[in-house]
Amino acid sequence: MNTLDTTLHAGEHGHHGPAKGIGRWLFTTNHKDIGTLYLWFSLLMFFTGGCMALMIRAELFQPGLQLVEPGFFNQMTTMHGLIMVFGAVMPAFVGLANWMVPMMIGAPDMALPRMNNWSFWILPFAFAMMISTLFMDGGAPNFGWTFYAPLSTTYAPPSVTYFIFAIHMMGISSIMGAINIIATILNLRVPGMTMMKLPLFCWTWLITAFLLIAVMPVLAGVVTMMLMDIHFGTSFFNAAGGGDPVLFQHVFWFFGHPEVYIMILPAFGIISQIIPTFARKRLFGYASMVYATASIAILSFLVWAHHMFTVGIPLAGELFFMFATMLIAVPTGVKVFNWVATMFRGSMTFETPMLFALAFVVLFTIGGFSGLMLAIAPVDFQYHDTYFVVAHFHYVLVPGAVFAIMAGAYYWLPKWTGHMLDERMGKLHFWLSFIGVNITFFPMHFIGLAGMPRRIPDYALQFADFNMVASIGAFIFGLSQLVFLWNVIACVRGGEKAAARSWEGAEGLEWEVPSPAPYHTFATPPKLPESQR
Amino acid sequence: MNVQADNRRLVRRLVFSCVLMFGFGFALVPLYDVFCEVTGLNGKITNTGPVAVEGPDLSRQVRVRLLAVHNEGMPWEFGPVDGLIETHPGEMKQTAFHATNPTGRRMVAQAIPSVAPAEAAEYLHKVNCFCFEQQTLLAGESVQMPLLFVIDKKLPEHIRSLTLSYTLFDISPEVSVAESSEKEQSL
Repeated sequence: MNTLDTTLHAGEHGHHGPAKGIGRWLFTTNHKDIGTLYLWFSLLMFFTGGCMALMIRAELFQPGLQLVEPGFFNQMTTMHGLIMVFGAVMPAFVGLANWMVPMMIGAPDMALPRMNNWSFWILPFAFAMMISTLFMDGGAPNFGWTFYAPLSTTYAPPSVTYFIFAIHMMGISSIMGAINIIATILNLRVPGMTMMKLPLFCWTWLITAFLLIAVMPVLAGVVTMMLMDIHFGTSFFNAAGGGDPVLFQHVFWFFGHPEVYIMILPAFGIISQIIPTFARKRLFGYASMVYATASIAILSFLVWAHHMFTVGIPLAGELFFMFATMLIAVPTGVKVFNWVATMFRGSMTFETPMLFALAFVVLFTIGGFSGLMLAIAPVDFQYHDTYFVVAHFHYVLVPGAVFAIMAGAYYWLPKWTGHMLDERMGKLHFWLSFIGVNITFFPMHFIGLAGMPRRIPDYALQFADFNMVASIGAFIFGLSQLVFLWNVIACVRGGEKAAARSWEGAEGLEWEVPSPAPYHTFATPPKLPESQR
Repeated sequence: MNVQADNRRLVRRLVFSCVLMFGFGFALVPLYDVFCEVTGLNGKITNTGPVAVEGPDLSRQVRVRLLAVHNEGMPWEFGPVDGLIETHPGEMKQTAFHATNPTGRRMVAQAIPSVAPAEAAEYLHKVNCFCFEQQTLLAGESVQMPLLFVIDKKLPEHIRSLTLSYTLFDISPEVSVAESSEKEQSL
């Protein structure tokens, strides 16, 4: 395809294939190369964090301490959370955005290609720094991914400073990625593509990018305050010096709650691309999807204290945060009903991406409902810090965000590689994951309601059976991801040739270019296809 | 090019919002204090200093429970002289906490008060309190630390008892660092 491209635009500057060797990846400003880098990096982090999760589940297979020291167990829960949130889910979405956003809006590349290169190449260093803490004296951070003060200040291991700088670097990387995506979507749309004709994946990413701009600096602020408390004698979170540890939780969750929507809104976008394709119908309620996404984003700033119902906020506060949280279920419900309505009377087929998308709709909704249960302030006192919370956020993040990423990967793999996926292997991966994920996380609801606290290496005997079930499920789920890896590699190496429009019902500019997508696409702005005019 | 100028302007604005939000993160610190002060949340006591006593409201009784908490690793013996005080709103009460430093070294401590229910915090007026300043005890030394307080007559009817708790923090390391740096400066 590259030769065709070169001959077509012979003599025009910038139209050449990729550079050779490692330099291609180090110095690339091509959105497709950077997207690929992000996705591989995220997969690597997904397996790293996954190994840590399996270590946790192996220890919890039976009551008692068998495999690891409690201190190391705490480091595992902390690093697993941090790596999955900042290393796996967020870079995967940025990678998908890099690959797909320019192609969906008919742009030749991202708006700021050099910054794009920088924002990716910060990440490996940030994570090398963070993972290196595992080999330091005093061990890695062990205070949970929420790093509550004073656990992360007064009682933190010395490696906390590395953790702080790693967070700073990830934050800078995310902010640059967000700026790039906003600039691309706002300035580089093909003529005729108005905002309300934007593919929904671009819309959700645009809103996510604004969330990132709003809250990543607050995260940077809170870790800076920690740094100052630890090294410069300030007392932001130290009660003895007039500070307040509860302040930490407020500032952290002011970042933290929008952050959970940062990890799910792009997933909504991916699902909104996939379901219409395989239902062979237009997305039901496009405008309401856009408004629902925006409402979720705005509400996400007003609900942070539902993570802290038990710190002693007054009744009026508990009520406000409880009702504001429940309000989020309304726009989320709009989305779920729109997806269902899109499928209604559609001619559906169930290829691998669609299976993942369907599982997303069902299992994310389960996670949403347990979230509603947690939103009820009076009962949250029972659920707080139990495995019920663990079950809830894993349901929205694993069969939620992660399944959506996998659905997106399977959906766009033909476009990236030029080869169709081996459907048999894709379905095998899907069913193993689907069964594994439910065996892992569903029992956690029960042990949580029965009172098992989270982040502990040992537990009372009555929780033994469900923990064993969860651990078995975790190993099924974890090992089945090797099938995913195999599928991706197989798809890169060969397979049935993919057509430009790789899926029968696929609509959008990205399906107008050949598969695999040439190194440079849309050097001249394309005409909008009939369906999008 | 047109698009490049647009990009540059947009990036400038977005970077500026980032800087603004970074500042906002820090602004949350004073905002949080102001918010707690206005609403009386958090059990922080803000009414301190001399007060005009107008005579007690003998029709109501309030039980004030005094608690002493040692922050982790604080070796001092520390407790209220009187654990439970019956008082009337508007009545000036004097009591004390005792503290002993059983260690072989000079130590500095800071007591941090908190009131429960938090709603009562704004009605507890401390005329004088040992928590206003740091306490320094030499090895083996003991001290009685005075506390003088008045419950405001405006205390809501439904509050019949409240708890005043002190957590004692060991701040010797911080103080010795500050002192040594002061000495360095005076030299």
